[in-house]
Amino acid sequence: MSDTASVDTRPNALSAWPDQRGRFGDYGGRFVAETLMPNILELEEAYENAKRDVEYQREMDEFLRDYVGKPSPIYFAERLTENFGGAKIWFKRDELNHTGSHKINNCLGQVLLAKRMGKTRIIAETGAGQHGVATATVAARFGIPCTVFMGATDVERQAPNVFRMKLLGAEVVPVTSGTGTLKDAMNEALRDWVTNVKDTFYVIGTVAGPHPYPAMVRDFQSIIGREARAQMLERLGRLPDAAVACIGGGSNAMGLFHPFIEDEDVRLIGVEAAGHGIETGKHAASLKGGEPGILHGNKTYLLQDKDGQIIDAHSISAGLDYPGIGPEHAFLHDAKRAEYVSATDEEAMEMFQLCTKLEGIIPALEPAHALARVRDLAKELGPEGVILMNMCGRGDKDVPQVAEMLGVKL
Amino acid sequence: MTNRLTTRFNELDAYGRPGFVAYMMAGDGDSQGLLNALPDAGADVIELGMPFTDPMADGASIQASALRALEAGMTLKGVFDQAATFREHNQETPIVLMGYANPIHHMGFENFARRAEKAGVDGLICVDIPPEEDEELRTALDAHGIALIRLATPTTDDKRLATVVENTSGFVYYVSTTGVTGAASGVATEVGDAVDRVKSASGLPVAVGFGVRTPEQAKAIAERADAVVVGSAIVDAMHEGGVAAAVELVQTLSAAAHGAKR
Repeated sequence: MSDTASVDTRPNALSAWPDQRGRFGDYGGRFVAETLMPNILELEEAYENAKRDVEYQREMDEFLRDYVGKPSPIYFAERLTENFGGAKIWFKRDELNHTGSHKINNCLGQVLLAKRMGKTRIIAETGAGQHGVATATVAARFGIPCTVFMGATDVERQAPNVFRMKLLGAEVVPVTSGTGTLKDAMNEALRDWVTNVKDTFYVIGTVAGPHPYPAMVRDFQSIIGREARAQMLERLGRLPDAAVACIGGGSNAMGLFHPFIEDEDVRLIGVEAAGHGIETGKHAASLKGGEPGILHGNKTYLLQDKDGQIIDAHSISAGLDYPGIGPEHAFLHDAKRAEYVSATDEEAMEMFQLCTKLEGIIPALEPAHALARVRDLAKELGPEGVILMNMCGRGDKDVPQVAEMLGVKL
Repeated sequence: MTNRLTTRFNELDAYGRPGFVAYMMAGDGDSQGLLNALPDAGADVIELGMPFTDPMADGASIQASALRALEAGMTLKGVFDQAATFREHNQETPIVLMGYANPIHHMGFENFARRAEKAGVDGLICVDIPPEEDEELRTALDAHGIALIRLATPTTDDKRLATVVENTSGFVYYVSTTGVTGAASGVATEVGDAVDRVKSASGLPVAVGFGVRTPEQAKAIAERADAVVVGSAIVDAMHEGGVAAAVELVQTLSAAAHGAKR
């Protein structure tokens, strides 16, 4: 892309994006229908004001501590370290958050913002259901009606989360349009938003969508990296050699990476879902297997065919099953500040079982992808190395699916 | 910029007659047949839909139509071919392409504009490129004499309207309701007031669409607007009854619009 050369010449300002137009280099922006533009601009202004409001920050800090359970610890995964035979592996334990994943960090921030803006209805899209559950949870806590759009395919493979959302009082709308997956859920949420612009707040679950969402969600998720960075310094007196996270849209990775961007010695490694393998075309690796394009409000890398039509993503993990990636990742990729690799369905299944057996931690299938590359990296760095991986979600939700794949009848 | 759009709206204005804009999806059914038949059926302007996998501003009818068109193998090149074939027999009726950013971006804005001009296309409505993001596209279209038609909506207040009408050409498309295509139509009186506002801010003709399905609605809108746009209803008729059914609907709706007293 045309702007990336100028980006490369400013290596010290990589954490300072986006610019006034919501661009990370050439990526990001505000590609929405005109009906939504006033809303997007209103949201941007409201968020800028909230950031400077002590009362908003105080309320958020209080709920992060007492309701979410922050700060989450870092944990030395000793037996995996032994098993992999290399660098020391530390987990940032965001799977211990209330609702079982990092998603709630962002939902809390956005729902508090919705409340501040006087919005009376919350909508969200969800893939695996983790973001839907987190949104429904916070909406329940603040008594705001919540509607969650979920691809019909995902409704089927994530039945426990669907029921959780309903228990939390949310309406779950199965989306059958298109191919009935996360991207279609997002289309449907946008259709709802365009219809109910005045009273509705759209809680986007990842670092994508029109500006200010990618920056705002990153800011809310940056608590992951801020805490982990301070915890590493306190416990080890040093920063890790690498910070590793899985990537669907990329919110947990962006939250982990951002506070480390200016620490030039810390490698930032994002792990995309390679599905059956990138060479098969059945994957969700937008950076490794996609090209820049425009979808869902932002310019970023997308899985698309030769005519610019969007190709369905494939991953064993519903949470990574998205044909795009947050624009800031696209930017960090082109600027070569972060490295992006991938792991297959099969590797994720293997790591899911290994981590459970060795550490007594059932990882979600999403971070199980990250663990596959942590294994390689541990060998590469050797015993002196230190790896920080974000354990972004717990795998209880995946137990029925994994059982089925292993041929076990529950 | 003088092109078929300006000429056509000038003609309509001279006759004091509201126009009728027919939307159809390229590649869904015998779309070349329908496209060729639309002028005689009463369409003053044709909006030719470019199918996209993820049409997030469209309702169920147009989404399904787009997926059928893609399934049948329609591409941007195919859209241009249909427009070019149409132009072999018709030099007067403007064609406005309507679709989403990604396929256009993927082809390259300059390449797209050049090929559109060559195919005899007069305008473009790109749903998900708002004024804040359209400079590169607009520059490419300008160089090839293609009008970039902007959308104004019920959420467009006076301050925003100034941004929306700046650098626009051809006509302004007023979206009658907050919602997706094919949903409920806006209330005619509110729409009328909005049309006056957009018209005076832009100095351009205003076409009104989204949710217009019946002759009565078409007539009510046409009494206040320069043109009325119908999409989903035509797409449905085409899907259910083929070219004949779609043409019959366009005849009825265009007659209602043309007969409206302004």
